[in-house]
Amino acid sequence: MNFRRINALAKKELKKTFREPAILFMIILFPIVFVLTFGVSFGGLGGSQPTYHVGVVNMDSAGSEGLSQAFIEAMANTKLLHVQIYADNHTAQDALSQGKIQAVVIIPADFSQSLNSYHAAPNNPGSWINATVMLYLDKGSIFATQAVPPIIQNVLAAFLSRKAAPSPVNVEISSLIEARRFSTFEFMAPGMFTFASIFLIMMVAQSFTQDRENGMLKRIRITPITPAEFITSQVLSYMFIALIQAVLVFAAAYLMGFRPAVNFYAYLLAFILILIFSLSNVGFGLITATVSKTSGAATGISFLFILPQLFLGTFVGSSLSSTAQTVGRFVPSYYVTDALTSLFLRGASITSPTIIFDFGIVTLSCFAILAIGIILYAKCFKI
Amino acid sequence: MDKFAIVLENVVKRFGDVVAVNGVSFKVAWGELFGLLGPNGAGKTTTVNMLCGLLKPTSGFVSVGGYDVQRENAKVKGFIGVCPQETAVYPYLTGLENVELFGNLYALDKETLRKRRDMLLEKLGLTQEAGRKVEKYSGGMKRRLSIVLALIHNPQIIFLDEPTVGMDPQSRRAVWEFMRELKGEGKTILLTTHYMEEAETLCDRVGIIDYGRLIALDAPKNLISKHGVRNLEEVFIKLTGRRIREET
Repeated sequence: MNFRRINALAKKELKKTFREPAILFMIILFPIVFVLTFGVSFGGLGGSQPTYHVGVVNMDSAGSEGLSQAFIEAMANTKLLHVQIYADNHTAQDALSQGKIQAVVIIPADFSQSLNSYHAAPNNPGSWINATVMLYLDKGSIFATQAVPPIIQNVLAAFLSRKAAPSPVNVEISSLIEARRFSTFEFMAPGMFTFASIFLIMMVAQSFTQDRENGMLKRIRITPITPAEFITSQVLSYMFIALIQAVLVFAAAYLMGFRPAVNFYAYLLAFILILIFSLSNVGFGLITATVSKTSGAATGISFLFILPQLFLGTFVGSSLSSTAQTVGRFVPSYYVTDALTSLFLRGASITSPTIIFDFGIVTLSCFAILAIGIILYAKCFKI
Repeated sequence: MDKFAIVLENVVKRFGDVVAVNGVSFKVAWGELFGLLGPNGAGKTTTVNMLCGLLKPTSGFVSVGGYDVQRENAKVKGFIGVCPQETAVYPYLTGLENVELFGNLYALDKETLRKRRDMLLEKLGLTQEAGRKVEKYSGGMKRRLSIVLALIHNPQIIFLDEPTVGMDPQSRRAVWEFMRELKGEGKTILLTTHYMEEAETLCDRVGIIDYGRLIALDAPKNLISKHGVRNLEEVFIKLTGRRIREET
């Protein structure tokens, strides 16, 4: 490896990026893929109702004989909530911070006692023993914070057969004060970091096809640069571009008020994730360049990779149908956004299982896509 | 050192059913300026691409500088300079940046790179415009810059594939003069051109290739004399006919 050669070519690629305003839109393929992806994403293909995963910690001192069991059943019977029982608050909070569930319901020790007092004298609020059901919400999900509280409130009201206040059991949304501080923009922000990098696919595809068209690839091949040096220079330059994109997007988000209360390591991991993610975009770009005869065609074909990554895996993904969310698990951007959401909004630790899982999937898939791109391009065009 | 700088022995190159080069054999001595002539699509560029290692011959043997181009391509790359038929320069870089990029790809030390860069830009009349982006250059300037890129590492064997296409007469004369200087320095040059005057003026020997076959090989004055015509262009027309050819 001659790092001078790598450095020279990487610098050239960066100069090109900053000097050429070269993003052209395919006029036919783009709308078709756009409409199809949009249809899958927002058309409710599969038609299923949204379901929220809710963890329940039952601390009712009446135990299994208590009314809390009936309350849990009532929640499950709504079909809107998928209830999962946790032994303690710590385990449930851990699952919440990793995005495994969207809310935690803590049934208090005096739950049955409260309800019994209510049933004994329904019209005498003064004799009721008041209890509070605590509700913790996934701060990374705008939908959970909006949808889950009224569902729980309604279940409780129906359970008590009491639609108007006062009520012996109140729902206190523990994280609501914090959750309400998040604007829609903040909910979208983690996806935006992923979003920016995806357009590298088009840049890479255009660059490689242009160099082939104007004879530069041939000229480079005549020099002593090795294929490994050439590919390394390209990958490094695009990773650097991805880093700049991430910094700029973050700076803009910061200006817009996105200031997650996380430590340095969370930021570091976020940037590492984006850098690794950029490898898959270089890979998709190379695949695009392999099948494209001209740079114009490369622009259009690149959207075949850009749109699924965009709609199924970035901030747009937060409002997808369940079908689209399932399909989204097959695109790397989904795991990047999920990890960033867990880090920035849910406050997950960088060593939490979800983050490690997402990081592993992103790393494996991105390196695999890059390898496929290099092999295909090298096979067809002899780098 | 091998006696010949360039050797082709019975070289064949097929692209599917098309035979682009059909049994071509010739040798170019060290320090010789050799012209490879032929109509469009005759097989000149395919031959040059095989000499550079960009294309693998279907059969036959190709050596450059005594090295088998297929087996020892890495050794060949270090001492050949190639000015391809396409005006292959980066339009978004300045002339200077293009030259420095290629100097770095050949891992030249800074001082050597600076000296070679300044000398070549001066010789080819690009010093004044070196700081401008290449996209602003005229076609002739881009061709001259392409020659600079081919020569930045001071190669011993130089392949110039139609280097003067699109140049005005002044530029063309300047390039001719420069080619003579290179020859004077002992460089071996293989030149392909459609300008018969250029070949007649510069080349020690020329080979005329048509439909992939080498149909003539001699010094220009010998070919003129042998065919009883006034100049090389008439030799060329006599041997290849008047039918218009197109690249395929």
